[in-house]
Formats: sequence, structure tokens, C-alpha cells
Amino acid sequence: MTNHWIDLKNSDVILMMGSNPAENHPISFKWVMRAKDKGATLIHVDPRYTRTSTKCDLYAPLRSGSDIAFLNGMTKYILDKELYFKDYVLNYTNASFIVGEAYSFEDGLFAGYNKETRKYDKSKWAFERDENGNPKRDETLKHPRCVFQLMKKHYERYDLDKVSDICGTPKDLIVKVYDAYCATGKPDKSGTIMYAMGWTQHTVGVQNIRAMSINQLLLGNIGVAGGGVNALRGEANVQGSTDHGLLMHIYPGYLATARASIPSFEEYTKKYTPVSKDPQSANWWSNFPKYAASYLKAMWPDAELEEAYGYLPKGEDGKDYSWLTLFDDMFQGKIKGFMAWGQNPACSGANSNKTREAMAKLDWMVNVNIFDNETGSFWRGPGMDPKKIKTEVFFLPCAVAIEKEGSISNSGRWMQWRYVGPEPRKNSIPDGDIIVELAKRVQQRLAKTPGKLAAPVTKLKTDFWVNDHGHFDPHKIAKLINGFALKDFKVGDVEYKAGQQIALFGHLQADGSTTSGCWVYCGSYTEKGNMSARRDKTQTDMQANIGLFPNWTWAWPVNRRIIYNRASVDLNGKPYAPQKAVVEWNAEEKKWVGDIPDGPWPPMADKEKGKLPFIMKPEGYAYLYGPGREDGPLPEYYEPMECPVIVHPFSKTLHNPTALHFATEEKAVCDPRYPFICSTYRVTEHWQTGLMTRNTPWLLEAEPQMFCEMSEELATLRGIKNGDKVILDSVRGNLWAKAIITKRIKPFTIQGQQVHMVGIPWHYGWSFPKNGGDAANILTPSVGDPNTGIPETKAFMVNVTKA
Amino acid sequence: MSKGFFVDTTRCTACRGCQVACKQWHGNPATPTENTGFHQNPPDFNFYTYKLVRMHEQEIDGRIDWLFFPDQCRHCIAPPCKATADMEDEHAIIHDDATGCVLFTEKTKDLDDYDSVISSCPYDVPRKAADSNQMAKCDMCIDRITNGLRPACVTSCPTGAMNFGDLKEMQAMAKARLTEVQKAYPNAKLCDPDDVRVIFLVAYDPKLYHEYAIADAQAPRQMTRKSLLAELVRPLRRSGSRLFG
Repeated sequence: MTNHWIDLKNSDVILMMGSNPAENHPISFKWVMRAKDKGATLIHVDPRYTRTSTKCDLYAPLRSGSDIAFLNGMTKYILDKELYFKDYVLNYTNASFIVGEAYSFEDGLFAGYNKETRKYDKSKWAFERDENGNPKRDETLKHPRCVFQLMKKHYERYDLDKVSDICGTPKDLIVKVYDAYCATGKPDKSGTIMYAMGWTQHTVGVQNIRAMSINQLLLGNIGVAGGGVNALRGEANVQGSTDHGLLMHIYPGYLATARASIPSFEEYTKKYTPVSKDPQSANWWSNFPKYAASYLKAMWPDAELEEAYGYLPKGEDGKDYSWLTLFDDMFQGKIKGFMAWGQNPACSGANSNKTREAMAKLDWMVNVNIFDNETGSFWRGPGMDPKKIKTEVFFLPCAVAIEKEGSISNSGRWMQWRYVGPEPRKNSIPDGDIIVELAKRVQQRLAKTPGKLAAPVTKLKTDFWVNDHGHFDPHKIAKLINGFALKDFKVGDVEYKAGQQIALFGHLQADGSTTSGCWVYCGSYTEKGNMSARRDKTQTDMQANIGLFPNWTWAWPVNRRIIYNRASVDLNGKPYAPQKAVVEWNAEEKKWVGDIPDGPWPPMADKEKGKLPFIMKPEGYAYLYGPGREDGPLPEYYEPMECPVIVHPFSKTLHNPTALHFATEEKAVCDPRYPFICSTYRVTEHWQTGLMTRNTPWLLEAEPQMFCEMSEELATLRGIKNGDKVILDSVRGNLWAKAIITKRIKPFTIQGQQVHMVGIPWHYGWSFPKNGGDAANILTPSVGDPNTGIPETKAFMVNVTKA
Repeated sequence: MSKGFFVDTTRCTACRGCQVACKQWHGNPATPTENTGFHQNPPDFNFYTYKLVRMHEQEIDGRIDWLFFPDQCRHCIAPPCKATADMEDEHAIIHDDATGCVLFTEKTKDLDDYDSVISSCPYDVPRKAADSNQMAKCDMCIDRITNGLRPACVTSCPTGAMNFGDLKEMQAMAKARLTEVQKAYPNAKLCDPDDVRVIFLVAYDPKLYHEYAIADAQAPRQMTRKSLLAELVRPLRRSGSRLFG
């Protein structure tokens, strides 16, 4: 979230799309309802009428997978009717940037597409730059190749008729949603988007979010109270695990991973450190070398930086390391061992049958979990013959979250310290201790065979992780994540002695004098103590007005609660929405008041010292046109890889031409064998693959079995009665479910044809309970977003018949 | 000061936190259930289920709506169940003076005519155990509220649908909220606000939420001869017990 949970109450219009927050983020509704109490309009756009829809002023049905048509239609609506916030768009976004002549867009394809590799040459999308390397700008927004004009051209196809025709949303409802939401383009109004996996789990997942971010920028809704782009994190610590690099392409603190093609630390930092010669651009990533050096030193404090960089495993250029590809590699027998840690891939990953078969190709698997699950027990699952499976499985029981001390980072980036609850059960230990033990054993083993490959492990400084008794120490880890001085040094007027905690990331050093396991968390555990353990409600009146609690836990970065907040003020630092101001420049005292601003500099009217608000972009402007993504600089409509149509109204390019897929795996496109759209989702009563909640009788009582929600019309078509057992089939497999026939799902009219959709929950697995059903992912395809690799489990094709 | 609930169904998201919190606090076991084509589960109250979120899909003015009703005992000001049980044993059901809580005790198991007690309830709340005549229902978390805590269901509610406090305060809250809600829903109403301690606010006809959302004055649910008689003699019995108590 750019903002945080409480801030939802400051919104004038809340759009919930790609999410079902009342069911999947129930506590968010405390704040959503507060906004409603103050007169906010609540909107839900979703294929199903859900518990969320019941509280909304406006509900609009939309065919799963067609979101970009709806969102791009909104962009066109904003541009056509000039509903955008002009000053914001001109001063804070790249609307005025001039794009190079190499850029083009034709029939669904951007310039630079290579059919063979299914990739773009992104250099074709670059901005035109002046002699200093700064992008050329046209502040009149009239240059034919300026972003604003290119957008007008790009979006002109997305008219209401086409949008309605492909989304299946009635035109009058589309207009109602657009009108209500676009009213937040006024300077003192704000609208927020609450999205979740309904947007990410598509082959256009990233572009779904880009499409809405563009609308938020046009309406001036980013950096303001009650605005922002808010990804709802359902798992308590998903934000924390993202921050701490639990992904294929980044290390902790969003630092790019090392590549085999980048042989030295010097070249690595040069490649990832952007340069700007615009005096008004803070270009925050110019600090990359400090953060990267501090990260390396957190692991290998005794090694020189170049040596430490050499220790990092390097990815190969062009090789994909995302989930689906890893399991495809495993399926092909290329991966021998697998540590399934705190996860249940046999149910959670797309295409479960493939995933489960892949596990049978392993030599060994270590399953670390609080319960045995379908992953650790895959060899005795449906269709498996234990006699024919060679995989040796080890199960390591670990402590439950409440049995451990440590921090979690919530959706609003608040790092919250948690005290230890009950003692772990016998024979189960905290994950941290399992890691420490594992590290020690591997170190001991490799110490016997020293050499180049052993050094990265043997030189790993595990002393930093443990207490005097050799046990995992969450406080020491938190201090390491924050960072401390390795030797005496001085930064400005501040002197550090070796061993001292670093106060803020501005003090981190590029020469190896500091550690910091994750620079964005620098400031969380300082000489003043553990900031995330604070529970102090002290606030100023200005902070109280928008529900800001700066002394309650700690938020990254630097305890800023609403990021990009300098975009909430005009060039002189005056809030656009004074009634819910986030920050304000006090000209007399020459300082900002309110939230922690995005940097201490004065407002932009000060041409010498003032800085642009979007400090994480090299130029300081937010990207309407974003030339960095794999699938294009502007969001474009494509159908899901499995879909009920053979054409769509926006171009002849049916699917995302860069989507992650495996060519040998069949996909159902307008295939009469699989006539219905299927979507997977969650219910309030269960969590993830249900491992914890299926084992909680009161929750299982409320949602005991796999179900399939369908419309009355489809039920009639298939002769299915409410509560009947039905079979769902896809190209990849089949499963049974109990039919819930509901008025809350209606057939969609797409291109004049009636199209049906069914929906199934994600939480079940064959192991428990006995009659619970199996994983929804048995049906889902191994296709994913080209940027993230996230599988398309929200829209694929199935057949449904009575069992 | 006697206590009450205000249940604002216009804020309920049917997260069922209340239903689960109730079971957790009372240590009540889950009942084996199946999905029979509805999300509402268990399908109805039972001996171990005192709080149940009822979920009804309704088409209102051509638009779909899904109405949620976190059902529970209303802790009536003049509880007919108590009047009926008193015919057999005055200690089977207790009406607590301090809180107004209507409490089913273990002694309900000795009531021969449990059926009359159950059918005397205008809201169809009490349920009998499978293996005895003992009956159970919401106890207002009397152990919690007499120790300064709110009922478990109220504590778990994220949206402010479930509220608990002094009856007068809850009545005032209900009236104020009704005025607000009626701006958008002119047919909104409070369910039997003068007769119960658990006041439900509904946006539409209460019958759309649940058959027994309000007491039906015209046609008593299943008034047996015995419960009718109980109603008639109640004031007399009260004074009688005071005389001899």
C-alpha cells in the first residue's frame, strides 16, 4: 500500500476491484465503513456479487479477465472529458515527456517485438533526451510525441460500446462508475483503489495495476490522504517477505539480483544506479551503491565488497526463475532437491497435477510446516503409487507464528513487533532456529572441503544471527536488518563508532563501513531502541485529523505513513486538500509539518533546492508512460490465455504476446469442450490452502467443502440442482464440488453471446477433511504474467456437469 | 443497569467472526456439516450454536442483495420461555435482574415439556441437546460482562455491526442509527425495540432477513395451551414468589 489501513477512512470514493475486501480483508471494512459514514461512495466491480458488494453504493459485474478494457475505458473517459487534475498531471507526472521516434504501436503490438523470443526490445520505447540526458519536455502537452498526446491516441479505441461488449458490464453502470470515481479528480477530493489477487493473477497482472495507477495519477490521487494505490496484503507478513526479497528478481530492499553477465560489484552498481542531471530530481536510487554495499556487508562483513559480490549466486540472462518455470524444471527432472518452507505447493501452485508429478521427480524434499500437508504427503495423494516414487521426504515441524518473537510488516508497511506467546509444542522449533542449525551444519560440512564454492557459505557471518547460546535471536536479526557501523566513521556532523546502530538510511556507506540487511528498514532499530515495538498514540492535531499515528510501531521508509506525500501539495507546499492535509510547508520555520515528507527539501517553487515528489523515479516524475515493463509502456487489452472469444475489439493480438507459458501445454481458447469461464477465490473462513483453517473445526464447520458457485441460468442449462455434486473439467484435470446456485452470479453478454462463469474456492486439499474436496489448482493453467510470473488463476476455461 | 445489544445489519459483512468467537468462548464443539448449496452453516441453531449468521439472497426492486442477520437470543424484557419453564421449575431458566440476561441453566434438562419452552420463543431460538432435554442458547456471555468484558461476539466484530452496553444507551444508538439509515432505506426499521434487549436494525422488511426476525403479534408461532396459560398467570406467579421468597 502507498497508504495504510486507517487512511481508507479519508477517501471520498473507494473503488474495490480485483478484490473482495469484506471477505478477504475483513478488518479493512472497519475503515471502509468509516469512510461510508462520512459520505464516501463505495464501488465494487467484480464478476460476482459478494459480501463486499452488499455494502457498496454501486456494484458493476465484469467478466473475469477483462479489467484492462474497463480501466482503459476510464482513462479515455478522463481524457475526453478533461476530468484530470491539470496541475498535478503537468507538474508531477511524465505527461509532458517526449517519447523517441522509435516508439510505435500497431494492432496490439508495441515497437520492438521479437516473435521468436516473445520479448520486446525496450530501447524502442525510450524518451527523447537533451544534451544533459534529461528527457525533453513539452509543457504545453501539444507535441505529437509527448506522453499526453500518445495516450490520447492509444486510448481512443476504448469507447464505452467496446468496453461494454467485452466486459459484459451494462453501459449505464460503466458510466455510473466512471462518473463517481472521476469526481475525485478535483484537487480537494481523493479516491482510492483496493486491489488484491483479482488483479495480479492474470497474464496481464502488472498492466492491470499500471492501468489503474495511470488513472490515479491523472486524477491526482497518489500521495494524498484517502488515495493511493493499495495492494491488500492478506497474509500478515506478505509485505515483509516482499521487502525482504522473497522473490526471484530482487534482494532485500528491492535491490536487483546479481547476474552472471555482470562480473564485478563496480559494474553491478553502475548498471543499477540511475543518473539524473536535473537539479530538481532527488533520484533516490542514486544511493544504490550504499544500499548494495551494506547488504553485502550484512552477510559477509569480513570480505571486501568485490569479493562479497563474487559470493552471490548469479542468474543467467534470459533465464526465468519464477515459480512456474521452477516447477517446470522440476517436472523435467532438472531439480533434485526442494525445500518447501511454510508453503503448500501441491495445492497452492497453478496446475496441481503437474506440480505433484514434478515432486515425484525429486530425490529429496524437506517440508517445514506446522502440519503435514498435501505437499509433504504428495506421494500418497490421489493417483500416486508410493512404490514408484523415489522422493525421500523429511518433515520438520516448526513453531507457529504466535510462539515466536519478531516482527511482521502489514499491508501499510508498518513493522510491528510481536512478543512471544505460548511455548512451542514439543519437537517443534522456530524457523529461525532451523535456518541457523542448517547454516551451521552446511558450514561444518563445507569447511572440510574448502575452496571457491565453499567460501560464500563458510564465510557467512552467522554470529550476527544468534544469541550467546547459539540460538536464533530476533533482536539481533532486527538490528542487522536496520544496520550498524562496522568501523568508526563520520557522516556530516554525525559520528559513528563501530557497532553502533545506524539512525537512518541516509547514513549508510558505499565503502563497506556499514551493514544493513534491508535498507528500507534502516531507522527501525536504532540506538534509541526497537521502533517497531512502540505503542504510543501521541500525535499532532494535523496527524489526528487523518488518523496518522507516527509513534505507533514504525513504517518504512523513515516512518513515512503516506508515500509520495509531497504530491499532495502545490508548488509552494500548500495542501491541495486542506481539510485532510498530509504535509504542509511551514515557510516561517522552513520545515514540513504533518507526515514525514518524501525528503526534507523545500517545495518545488524553490528552483534551487526544491525537489520533485516522485523521488524513486530517476527524473522525479511519476510514470504515466512506463517504458520499463516487459509487455509495453502503456496498458493494452489482451484476453486471458484461456478465454471464451477468438477476437476482441481492440486489436488482432488476442493474448499478451509476452505472457509466460509453456508451448507444449494445451490451452482452451473458444473450445467447445470447455465452454465456461472459471475463477478461483477465497472465503473469509479459510486461509491460503486451508492448512491452518481446515484444522480449525469452527471454521471448517462454516465452510466444510469444496463448492462451485454458478448462476441459475447455467444450473438450468446443465440440469444441476442446488447442493448437487458437480464435476469440473479443464484441460489439466478435474475435481468435484458442491453446487451453490446463486442469483449473485449472472451470465455475461459478450459480443452478443451469453457467456457463463463459475467460481471455486482455493482452500481445500485431499488430505483433510475426508470429504472436503481437492485443490482448485488442479484446474488452473501454467501461464503467467511476463513481469512477475504470477499464474493466471482468475480466468481460465472449464466444463461443468452434474456428477 | 440492565444491558442490551444493538445489531446493525446494515454494517454486517457476514464475516462470521461473531459465530466463531461465540463457540470459542463457550468451548462449544463444531457440528459436522456439509455444503448443501448454501454458505449459511451450520444450517440452523443447535445445542452448541448460539450465534448464527443467517444469509439470504433477495431480489429487491430488481436488484440482487444478500441480507445478513447475525441471529441470537433477544433476551426479551418479558421472556415467554421463562414464563413457560416456570410452570415446571422456576430455576430452570433464570432472568438475571442486574443484566437482564435470560439464562438457561442445566436444570432445563429436567423439564418434561421442553417443547413448549422452545415453541414459546417468538424468535425460534432455544435448542435441545441430542441426548437429553437440556436446552441452550446465547447467555449474553454473562461471565464476561459481569467481569468488565464485552460479549465475545461483540469483541470480534470489525465493522460495528455488533454493539453492547447499557440498554438505554443501545436503544438511543439504535434510534439514532435508524434515522441515518432511513435516508437511504426508507423502509428501514428496528425489530421489536420495546420488547427485547437485542435490537436489530434492518434496511428492508425483516421477513426478508429471517422468518423469525420479528415476533409475529397476529399469529403466535406455536402458542400451546400451556404457554398461553403461562402468559396469563405470570404476574400472579411473580407476586406469589415474592411473597414466599
